[in-house]
Amino acid sequence: MRIHPALSFLAAVLALVAPAVAAPAAEKPDPAADAKAFQDFFRKKFPQVKFEDFVNGPYSMNEDMRKQWEEKEQFPPYEFALEAGKEMFEKPFKNGKTYADCFANGGIGIRQTYPYFDDKEGKVVTLELALNRCREANGEAPYSYVKDEMAALTAYMAYTSRGKPFDIKIPDDPRALEAYERGKEYFYTRRGQLNFSCASCHVQNPGERIRAEILAPALGILNAMPIYRSEWSGMGTISRRFTTCNSQIRGVPLEPQSEEYRDLEYYLSYVSNGLPISGPGARP
Amino acid sequence: MASSIRVRAIQNGDVTDVQTLIQHPMDTGLIKDAKGELIPAHFIQQLTFEHNGKTVFLADWGTAVSKDPYVKFAFKGGAKGDDLKVSWVDNKGATDSLTAKIQ
Repeated sequence: MRIHPALSFLAAVLALVAPAVAAPAAEKPDPAADAKAFQDFFRKKFPQVKFEDFVNGPYSMNEDMRKQWEEKEQFPPYEFALEAGKEMFEKPFKNGKTYADCFANGGIGIRQTYPYFDDKEGKVVTLELALNRCREANGEAPYSYVKDEMAALTAYMAYTSRGKPFDIKIPDDPRALEAYERGKEYFYTRRGQLNFSCASCHVQNPGERIRAEILAPALGILNAMPIYRSEWSGMGTISRRFTTCNSQIRGVPLEPQSEEYRDLEYYLSYVSNGLPISGPGARP
Repeated sequence: MASSIRVRAIQNGDVTDVQTLIQHPMDTGLIKDAKGELIPAHFIQQLTFEHNGKTVFLADWGTAVSKDPYVKFAFKGGAKGDDLKVSWVDNKGATDSLTAKIQ
């Protein structure tokens, strides 16, 4: 009996595909290579933008906005929050201790090392989380993660770290690598009714308009946090940025500082390693 | 309590450039809070800049001005070292003022 020609063709194709499938199933994640590829992508996409300028988000992409911003920066709208943050940071808790007791170097000039992977806990610890843990350890009620006090405190801590390059470390620990990988997956996964991933806007389309806004590049996007957004008429933290991004794509935001968001912050900060802290920032 | 006013006045030739940032909620009275209750109107009604006691800028404001308003203007007749007094009064009668030197 003759074999049907179509079947023999299929057999030939299968024979070709088989070796590819047999190749190693998953390669070991390589964050250093990821970060390099990520940064090279933006350098290539925007050859006219200086590397350090990516931290200025939409202002690195649009000349008109840049002019307005430069004028605004002479009198930045985050100034009140900055002053309040400094006052809060220095004011002792009821037990006499201060925030400085919870952080390396008294909390000054350390923003660029957050988030870090805590090997005891096996999880990522962000600056916002560390601040609330510091409060709770000293018998104070935690703050809301999204704005007001938390934004003022992180604004002051970012301000004391301005110009220092992001220095996020991924220790040689499988759990740290997993957290990084989960953050990466979150970043590239589409969600919400609009079916957008973080990357749809901030990797594929930075510099383009989404309605009236100019999209910021993902590279360096966290360096400017927290930000005063004119749209919010106030300050917002990284938690606020993540939750509002999720609701704007008509998804359901997660709880601020949930593990997914912390992993996402870990990934997104790591791939911006080397770029200077510029927070607090001002955005339209 | 820190002042609600930030001001910077810089002499450029015969013109003084003034920039001001004021911290104020500027509530319109049309917005509801989380409980669904109206937040009563609370806004700056009058903003005054005085140069050596003479008013150089007077603004009558309503609810259409944004929260934490920013004002920039220029006037002639100032000189380095002169006093520039900024003051505001809101619809609840609250007030604040600050005197800065022209730089």
